[in-house]
Amino acid sequence: MTEQTHEIRLNVNGVEHEAAVPARRLLSDALRHDLGLTGTHVGCEHGVCGACTVLVDGQPMRSCLMFAVSAAGHEITTVEGLARPDGELGPVQQAFRECHGLQCGFCTPGFLTTITAGIAENPDPTEDEARDMVAGNLCRCTGYQNIVKAVCRAAELARADEDGAA
Amino acid sequence: MTTKMMGAKVQRVEDDRLVRGTGRYVDDVAPDALHAAVLRSPHAHARIVSIDVDAVLDVEGVHAVWTHEDLEGAMADPLPLLIPHPTLTHGRTQYALAKDEVNYVGEAIAFVVADDRYVAEDALAQIVVEYDLLPAVVGIEAARSGAQLVHDDVPGNVAARMEQSNGDAAAAIAAAPHTLSLDLHIERSACMPMEGRGTVARWDPDQNRLQVWTSTQTSTGVRAAVAAKLGLDLGQVDVITPDVGGGFGVKIVHPWPEELLVPLAAQRLGRAVKFTEDRREHFISSAHERAQVHHVEVGFDDEGRVLGLDVRFWHDHGAYTPYGLIVPIITSTQLLGPYKPGAYHVQFDSLYTNTVIVTPYRGAGRPQGCFVMERTMDAIAAELGKDRADVRALNFIQPDEFPYDQGLIFQDGRELTYDSGDYPAMLDKIKELVDWDHFEDFRAAKAAEGKRVGLGLACYVEGTGVGPYEGAHVHIETSGKVKVATGLTSQGQGHQTAFAQIVADELGVRFEDVEITTGDTRRMPYAVGTFASRAAVMSGSAIHLAAKRAKEKALRIAADALEADIEDLEIVDGVVSVKGTDSSIPLGTVAVLSNPLRYAFDEASKAATQFNVGDPTKPPVAEDDEPGLEGKDFYSPPRSTFASGMHAVIVETDVDTAEIRILKYAVVHDCGHLINPMIVEGQIHGGVAQGVGGALYERMAYDESGQLLNASFMDFLMPYVTEVPTSIEIDHLETPSPLNPLGIKGAGEAGVIPGSAAFAAAIEDAERLPITAMPISPSELFALRAAHAPHAQESK
Repeated sequence: MTEQTHEIRLNVNGVEHEAAVPARRLLSDALRHDLGLTGTHVGCEHGVCGACTVLVDGQPMRSCLMFAVSAAGHEITTVEGLARPDGELGPVQQAFRECHGLQCGFCTPGFLTTITAGIAENPDPTEDEARDMVAGNLCRCTGYQNIVKAVCRAAELARADEDGAA
Repeated sequence: MTTKMMGAKVQRVEDDRLVRGTGRYVDDVAPDALHAAVLRSPHAHARIVSIDVDAVLDVEGVHAVWTHEDLEGAMADPLPLLIPHPTLTHGRTQYALAKDEVNYVGEAIAFVVADDRYVAEDALAQIVVEYDLLPAVVGIEAARSGAQLVHDDVPGNVAARMEQSNGDAAAAIAAAPHTLSLDLHIERSACMPMEGRGTVARWDPDQNRLQVWTSTQTSTGVRAAVAAKLGLDLGQVDVITPDVGGGFGVKIVHPWPEELLVPLAAQRLGRAVKFTEDRREHFISSAHERAQVHHVEVGFDDEGRVLGLDVRFWHDHGAYTPYGLIVPIITSTQLLGPYKPGAYHVQFDSLYTNTVIVTPYRGAGRPQGCFVMERTMDAIAAELGKDRADVRALNFIQPDEFPYDQGLIFQDGRELTYDSGDYPAMLDKIKELVDWDHFEDFRAAKAAEGKRVGLGLACYVEGTGVGPYEGAHVHIETSGKVKVATGLTSQGQGHQTAFAQIVADELGVRFEDVEITTGDTRRMPYAVGTFASRAAVMSGSAIHLAAKRAKEKALRIAADALEADIEDLEIVDGVVSVKGTDSSIPLGTVAVLSNPLRYAFDEASKAATQFNVGDPTKPPVAEDDEPGLEGKDFYSPPRSTFASGMHAVIVETDVDTAEIRILKYAVVHDCGHLINPMIVEGQIHGGVAQGVGGALYERMAYDESGQLLNASFMDFLMPYVTEVPTSIEIDHLETPSPLNPLGIKGAGEAGVIPGSAAFAAAIEDAERLPITAMPISPSELFALRAAHAPHAQESK
């Protein structure tokens, strides 16, 4: 028996993609395997680790807990969409590099998307607020010290962008 | 060179691609691949009566379904026992697919290849297996009793019994003025890298070659295993390890069944095939570590000097022994730490249980050893009413006693001789960092607020940089760029940065011009792997030596071209020049000159024609020379280097809820010369977090039938940012190793080793009751309080 598929349009990082996916296809799998956007990683497949976090209409969502069909019509941002328009690293990416906020890099995309949403909501987090911002994501390598530092640094860089733009 | 890179906090070159999402982990390659899934045993111990796969063949999109009956030749034999040992008298390994019997929940039984993972899992659900259930042996007590056997032909479930001694410990203890006995337990935990296991393979019929990408800590090991099992020549198999999402030990095990089945499927089906482990599979079908029970007898004098130490312990190695006895051998030797007991005897039994296999997890047996020794030191201090740091200091090996021979044989079969260290200086540093001398004032102030705090200290020595060897190849391109390959793999340690620093310094080139490749057998087929904190020591040294060779050749050719003496030359930012003159030649041009050309095919080769190299009366390539500007070398040490460290932690134990809060965490660390302090500190941070996990949260909750009850991140608790110290005070000591050219020691595992020991000490200090088993949860601490103050509880 052939599995029924659904034609969907996914807007990812500002680009419209078309895909034919079964109803049960996870968004994480659709991004990775159907669209080839392998920056989104799957760490646990039960929504706990946060590695697969993407932004759906600006809100952080676990793409391993969402079906691809239910993402149709929404604006999705993955790690591939976090760089600046000119190709330079975005503030969160740059902060992670500066602060040594990653080691193996597998959980990193989920942190980057989570923090992007976090500092959009709270542009000037205290260290405690920075810690809260990443408290739903697991990292096995870094011990988090430098990730917290990176959150504060990212907010600083993003604020400088705002000031520059203003 | 203008700036020395060694010792500088250089930002990682790996990060750009990783933060952009353009890293390449195994599951990211070969998007056209078919997907494999594995049927795993739901029972801990059972005989397989029959397997019916007929229904699978009706599932659309399925390309293959195999059981053990479908395997032939070496593939049908048990998997290799990688590290045999004379005392491993009853070693057993599993089959790639179970034959007749399963011995743990999760053991591979059948293998399906389909269009995608969803379909492959659908197909698994159609397989019908009939089992004849057998009693499961779970936990050390059950294994030790021998009432039920894991393997019928292994009496008492004992795979190995090993014994080592230095002096007559029994006599020393008997004659000692004071003696103590302790029973100490550590539970099972696991590495849990964020990326699970994964393998992709592609068979190229045109070249008769197999290409395998796998998330491993040893590309060359997998290559050898795949070639042996599939009946291929080594030269027909390439293994490539791209970005790896963490390892922590579990990915040193090889070959996993899937690392053989995927290549075999690729070969048989003529399609790329991919296996990507899911999280539940990782819990039940990869590897765990840590579970051991220890009994200590110690004799000491009035000052607290250990006169005799006798340790007996029991190691739970799970259902099979593919990685030999590495973990318990390390515990048995490394528990001595920075101390020199008068006499030492150790004996362990390595026991089978019907649970997931046990292989090294970051620290590998050392957290247990450190826990045993440090609990013993604390017990001695308590018995004598002495300061815990003073008792330790009394037992230290002194700085003028190196090299210090502990009189034992280490895990690598070499003598356990410490190369260098300065433990008294280290103790001074940690006491200062944690304000040891004023802790009682702090305790009193907290007590006045109704709070209960405790201070713990733990010291360790870690054998790092074990052999046998690593190699490196340095190639200076005609562009002046330097391409370096080393065979060991990288799983987040920043090797591409640290190794490039070494090359930039030795060769006098810009850091940006160096590119490092790791874990690709096409580029460096001779290698061992990334484990045991060996990468910097082994590959770092090999890269240094290879760069030196490339430099020697570069200087020889440049001297000829510049008509100067080699001694007068220097290389700065990739340009060779005669010191104090304008006479110079770029390294890229030297690379062109190194290869006598017939054709000027680009600007670089045209530029080279202005120089005359070589004697026209002799062959263009001399007999003892070869074209190209390359250097290759290997580093093989006589024995391990011994890094060391001390951790101190201050905890608050909630008076009502028994919750354990970390108030301060301090680390002093000695890994010899630092290549990149930023990376070393990152390693310490990560290790401390894993130590916190091991001490307070992580445990494998098996029920008595061998089901793992917490096989998910919901239930197996690993530290989030909310569970780690908000800051870690770090200080370094650098006692260079005399065993390698860079004076370095390994740093990868250090952070995790003393975690359980330090927390146990701090909790004991806060609670004034003995802590003998780790990890410890608030409810366990609450129960301990009740057990030690039954009357107080009753009166409540």
